[in-house]
Amino acid sequence: MGDLSSAFKTALGLILSLDPAVLAIVTLSLRVSLSALVLAALIGLPMGALLAVARFPGRGSVISLINALMGLPPVVAGLLIYLLLSRSGPLGSFGLLFTPSAMIIAQAVLITPILAALTRQVLESMWEEYAEQLRSFGAGPWRAVPTLLWDGRFMLPTVLLAGFGRAAAEVGAVMVVGGNIEGFTRVMTTAIALETSKGDLPLALALGVVLMAIVLGVNALAQGVRGIAARWAG
Amino acid sequence: MRVPDSILPLCTEGLGFSAGGVEILRDISLTMTAGAPTLLIGANGAGKSVLLRLLHGLLKPSAGRVFWSRPPEQAARRQAMVFQRPVLLRRSVLANTLYPMVLANVARGEREARAAEALALVGLADRAADPARKLSVGQQQRLALARAAALQPELLFLDEPSASLDPAATRAVEEIVLKLAARGTKIVMTTHDLGQARRLAGDIIFLHRGSVLEQAQAEAFFQQPASAIARAFLRGELVW
Repeated sequence: MGDLSSAFKTALGLILSLDPAVLAIVTLSLRVSLSALVLAALIGLPMGALLAVARFPGRGSVISLINALMGLPPVVAGLLIYLLLSRSGPLGSFGLLFTPSAMIIAQAVLITPILAALTRQVLESMWEEYAEQLRSFGAGPWRAVPTLLWDGRFMLPTVLLAGFGRAAAEVGAVMVVGGNIEGFTRVMTTAIALETSKGDLPLALALGVVLMAIVLGVNALAQGVRGIAARWAG
Repeated sequence: MRVPDSILPLCTEGLGFSAGGVEILRDISLTMTAGAPTLLIGANGAGKSVLLRLLHGLLKPSAGRVFWSRPPEQAARRQAMVFQRPVLLRRSVLANTLYPMVLANVARGEREARAAEALALVGLADRAADPARKLSVGQQQRLALARAAALQPELLFLDEPSASLDPAATRAVEEIVLKLAARGTKIVMTTHDLGQARRLAGDIIFLHRGSVLEQAQAEAFFQQPASAIARAFLRGELVW
């Protein structure tokens, strides 16, 4: 017990004194996960919206596949990107392996299906409501995609935050493609795993506290956004 | 009333519609000309709403055809429809009014003016900035009418626009419909409210079990309906 409380004290000290090592790791984590979120959103949101409105043969299978990919294990996503980016891989010439860019790509691959699947769910019920009215205005499914994305603007942040939470909390993908290199590709989750196994509990705990704070903050934000949505969307 | 390049008259020839093996409309041949509102009346399930959707192009007929006096693309751009339950976008009242004009390629500078005029017409000018979906049901239906009116359609389809409204809101809707009709918009409207049909109709189309039993001037229809079923319907008997 004494160990834990002294570790906790040291951890709080590290956070409150804005320890440069902790700060660098937190900053990189946020940079990687936010970049991955932007990348995934650019692909996942329109893809989800399109799946919500388009009717084509095989649509059911595509939706099932994307739903299944929501559960893609992070290490497997990491392995796939590793194979693509490794020296002998098809994208090896870019030299991205063990860089933050590789980590961004891996996390984006991990959460794009989550964003697409959740976006489809949210927008499909909206499309059922809008379809006839929009057709009356002369808007087909293609034109409906931007309309639905805009009208879902109070619900989609929750989707984005779910994706961000998943990206920020995963270890496996960034570990495999980033390599956990100190001062270069070490993020909160990989640092926590490493420091815990080394026995440096204060640093692990400090990062754990920051990670928890971020996750809680993200959830609070999601709650707030839902409140605004209730006011506007009805 | 005839404009040289009008999309009217609207004609149908042997129009039929079936869904899931059930025949909902059969052999509908009608002509609707510019002028006073045409009211489609009949019992629930007579096929009024389906006929409106066929005319507006939301449903594909299983038989027969709809003819406009202009090419279909032109006709499509010069008609609008207001539904029984208005579907409002999750945007402000003003943005809802502007949206269909963007789709219809109305010039940017003209949209604001048309929207302001349409909102004033329905008495929502002071609500322009409010979230549309927070309006009362009656106000929502008025907004739906403003949105359609801003498109300045030559023909406006109304599907039971006041079916779920209280008498005051119904009256407001009827006043808007009469204003639109007075400025030359052809109204084609369904209702199961005979009082409303009497108040608004220039001519009546009486539907029964998917067929047109009568098309007549309103006055003549209400005084002397030709068919026994229409007579029973007007007496308030249950026909279906």
